[in-house]
Amino acid sequence: MSSPEQWTRPEPGAGPAATAAEPTPEQVIAGLRATTEGGAELTQLLNPEGERLASAHFDPYVSDIDAEALRGLYRDMVLVRRADREGNAMQRQGQLGIWVPLLGQEAAQIGSGRALRPTDMAFPSYREHGVAYTRGVDFKELLGIFRGTDHSGWDFQAHGFHPYTIVIGNQVLNATGYAMGQKFEGKVGDDDGEATIVYFGDGATSQGDVHEGFVWSAVYDAPVVFFCQNNQWAISEPTERQSRLPLYQRARGYGFPGIRVDGNDVLACLAVTRWALDECRHGNGPVLIEAFTYRMDAHTTTDDPTRYRLSDELEVWKHKDPIERVRVHLARTGGADQEFFDQVQADADAFAADLRDFCFNMPDPPPERIFANVYAEPSPVLEAQQREHLAYLAGFAEGGER
Amino acid sequence: MAAPVRSTADQPTSSVQNLTIGKALNLGLRAAMEADDKVLVLGEDVGKLGGVFRITDGLQKDFGEQRVLDTPLAESGIIGTAVGLAVRGFRPVCEIQFEGFIFPGFDQISSQLAKLHYRTQGGIKVPVVIRVPYGGGIGAVEHHSESPESLFAHIAGLKVVSCANPVDAYWMIQQAIRCDDPVLFFEPKRLYHSGALKAPVDTAAEPDPLFASRTVRQGSTATLVAYGPSVKVCLDAATAAAEDDLSLEVIDLRTLSPLDLEPVFESVRRTGRLITVSEAPSESSITSEIAARVQQECFYSLESPVLRVTGFDTPYPPSKLEEHYLPDLDRVLHAVDRALAW
Repeated sequence: MSSPEQWTRPEPGAGPAATAAEPTPEQVIAGLRATTEGGAELTQLLNPEGERLASAHFDPYVSDIDAEALRGLYRDMVLVRRADREGNAMQRQGQLGIWVPLLGQEAAQIGSGRALRPTDMAFPSYREHGVAYTRGVDFKELLGIFRGTDHSGWDFQAHGFHPYTIVIGNQVLNATGYAMGQKFEGKVGDDDGEATIVYFGDGATSQGDVHEGFVWSAVYDAPVVFFCQNNQWAISEPTERQSRLPLYQRARGYGFPGIRVDGNDVLACLAVTRWALDECRHGNGPVLIEAFTYRMDAHTTTDDPTRYRLSDELEVWKHKDPIERVRVHLARTGGADQEFFDQVQADADAFAADLRDFCFNMPDPPPERIFANVYAEPSPVLEAQQREHLAYLAGFAEGGER
Repeated sequence: MAAPVRSTADQPTSSVQNLTIGKALNLGLRAAMEADDKVLVLGEDVGKLGGVFRITDGLQKDFGEQRVLDTPLAESGIIGTAVGLAVRGFRPVCEIQFEGFIFPGFDQISSQLAKLHYRTQGGIKVPVVIRVPYGGGIGAVEHHSESPESLFAHIAGLKVVSCANPVDAYWMIQQAIRCDDPVLFFEPKRLYHSGALKAPVDTAAEPDPLFASRTVRQGSTATLVAYGPSVKVCLDAATAAAEDDLSLEVIDLRTLSPLDLEPVFESVRRTGRLITVSEAPSESSITSEIAARVQQECFYSLESPVLRVTGFDTPYPPSKLEEHYLPDLDRVLHAVDRALAW
């Protein structure tokens, strides 16, 4: 797998990035505080040193995770990280217009995503490539959004994975409505109950839509798990710019449970999310999970984190890396040998190469796509506009290059 | 889900009832809920109270609290959850209490409701109806008398309609609910309970298509185009003008997005003169769009410029001034005079 040294970062002298490093003292303090916070409140099953911690409450939720299952989670995370790094690289090469890296958030996404059942529904924000992977969405289908060939490519119903939502917080209300529907249809109340999970970040918690989603879900007992990935930074703003108190504690004000989990601990994320989904299935939702993690890369490929945080912060979080601790645990307990790790790395490289090959050959959509599917029912106004534009284009075909 | 209990106490024996717009909407909603148990009504005070205008009166009693939801007081929540319910397969009908309160929900309307079908290349349908009481003339405080329909007609992915009489109220609300696209349904609130507009509604009749305008009075001297509350103003103006031997044609647009302007073009080619009437501010509005399209399609038929009689480009004024602001019979006839004198 890629080592921390291979993570993408701005090259010295490669533009304004390297010379503009000037985080304010407040940003530095907030960022460094985020490296130590969360300790006592954190639910953790696998610490950064790869040691398994016992939890009377949550161990039963991962009693089926043997060495083989843990190897699977490890493989998921490595593949997703490798594909994510490829996304960054392809943006740098001009093959993608933008990429939204998930580096550092693999455990939060794989752990929570693997907790879902096929009958559950997930509503992502726009960084949930790892969750998409767990829902069986082909990573290639994520590329169109970032290459600019489509706005969303996958079949949401087949995968139980809603389209990405870019407007911050909108999807929290949409997910709440969906979960209300699950309840209205009588699909909640026993072991086979359905549930919904919705992903958003620390910044989104300031949005009115998130507040309203909390209110609605509480009032209607909606089976929805609010999965907040607190990656410490909303672009340049630290979490303390969003909240005075730890985010998970907000749930109390709405009348449902909130819990903080180590977002870099895939086992804990799996256990806690399974528990929360279980609560929802049985009609005891909603639940708020704050996955305490760290955005190890930029907000997007257009962002320059050196302007607002010190690299010291990243160095501290590297010690809490979500993949390393699983690798150490597997190695120490004999759950995997070097051959396995090598094979996973080879698989990840092949996965990325395949992705890359696909991306480079993605055709541009035809111009009539502009007009397609604006409405479910035919629109004479749009049909006329399309005819006019295609006739205009046809004029170039007859009269020469455009 | 509990089966709806149909109230049979006041069932008419004939299929024809004499109704106000408000009662016609109420019966239309009831018919839609009976026809499809995926239809939900949600909004503030729509349950026990029956809505502040009583349009949803009795629905919660008969269909239950899981189909008629008194929601928390937040418009983005109403619309955002309706989007999610629609994704799940429901057909939510949201009530926004007054048009001036729709703006907290504007984000969900423009960012999610209008775009999900396009974003997913048709993978997700969002058949949500948003009912919006709109327009002035009720002597209300601020935010209770506005006409924001043009803002929504400007957003691709939404359909926008407005009813002007009880027959349309009864049928159009049902057609909007059956439509697979999101529909903003603007209701002329000051006419809800107008006895003068009461009309026989045949619930067994075959309705006109939803997205079609209609000529509601034939004429040959000039064409008036209006929608919602302004249709009555134009019909009254045409009646008054007839006493001066002026024959005014009146077209009720009914649909604001998509616009159905063929009947308008056909009319203007005969009359040569067009006056558009709306309570909304005129700049960048439905009336501007009509003027642009008519000059494009009917350039050589026009005997005078297209004139507009509208609200002013100001915020809605205090109610003691609204009679100046709202287009009335005199302002419409003044515009007719100007067009004829061109």
